[in-house]
Amino acid sequence: MKKAIIGRKLGMTQIFTDKGQVIPVTVVEAGPCTVVQKKTEETDGYCSVQLSFDEVQASKISKPEAGHLEKYGAAPARVLREFKLDDAMSMEPGQVVKADTFEAGDKVDISGKSKGKGYQGVIKRHGQHRGPMAHGSKYHRSPGSMGASAYPSRVPKGKKLPGQMGNKNVTALNLEVVDVDPDENILLIKGAVPGPRGSVVVVKSSVKS
Amino acid sequence: MNEAIKKIEQKNMKAQIPEFHVGDTVKVDVRVIEGKRERIQVFEGTVLKEQGAGNRKTFTVRKISSGVGVERTFPIHSPKIENITVVRRGKVRRAKLNYLRDRVGKAAKVKEKRKA
Repeated sequence: MKKAIIGRKLGMTQIFTDKGQVIPVTVVEAGPCTVVQKKTEETDGYCSVQLSFDEVQASKISKPEAGHLEKYGAAPARVLREFKLDDAMSMEPGQVVKADTFEAGDKVDISGKSKGKGYQGVIKRHGQHRGPMAHGSKYHRSPGSMGASAYPSRVPKGKKLPGQMGNKNVTALNLEVVDVDPDENILLIKGAVPGPRGSVVVVKSSVKS
Repeated sequence: MNEAIKKIEQKNMKAQIPEFHVGDTVKVDVRVIEGKRERIQVFEGTVLKEQGAGNRKTFTVRKISSGVGVERTFPIHSPKIENITVVRRGKVRRAKLNYLRDRVGKAAKVKEKRKA
């Protein structure tokens, strides 16, 4: 992984290009993130850095986390994430990662927790079609056939059924960074990003590029 | 709305927008690119409605072109819009003039606003 940063989704808007094209963008407040812990080949068997985001007062975080942060002399922060960065070896605890690690034109993957929709049926959850509502039809919104009779005598694995929808980790791949504002720690990402406004998102260099 | 988003929208807005209202007859100068040549096309008609806010604000202009009603919606802050000039001020009591679509001929006219 080349670059990574933790951020917060602020919302969406649109901007104009010089030619007058409208680009829908998601505004992400990215960083500043502080390097808390550095993991190396000798100590942990692999190389990575742990970044912190969203500094808060010490009473807002759990005591084990507070102890961990104190051990490395880092300020109390709400979010901690670990990244296997290429240049993890050259980074030092206390170093600050800012939004300007990314530049306009970069391709990124953005992970976040999607909006929770609760326990949903197959129509909303899997996009299946509804049965007829009238003319004596008793088949309205149910999942349909569960499998045949004597053979195979079981429900096939992966059968689309009702269940929890949303509120799980989702990664949107290969999004474009339209603009970077290092002074305001702002990234403008083309298109939508998983999660509600105000949720924590992780911006990483795209795996496809 | 978030302050940071407001700032970004502010940056994407034109500093000066000619004042016009719903019901006015306006001339919209639109930049059109044909191949490599760029020219200005004029779209003249009645402002039917304004929608949205910030740099996402749009307005819809309706005209009757060879007997057929034509509507175009423009983003007000788009760089493609060169200029907007008001030809005639309209006297209206509504924010959206969607009723004009159902009317033809003289009934589809908006009364002119005269200074009191």
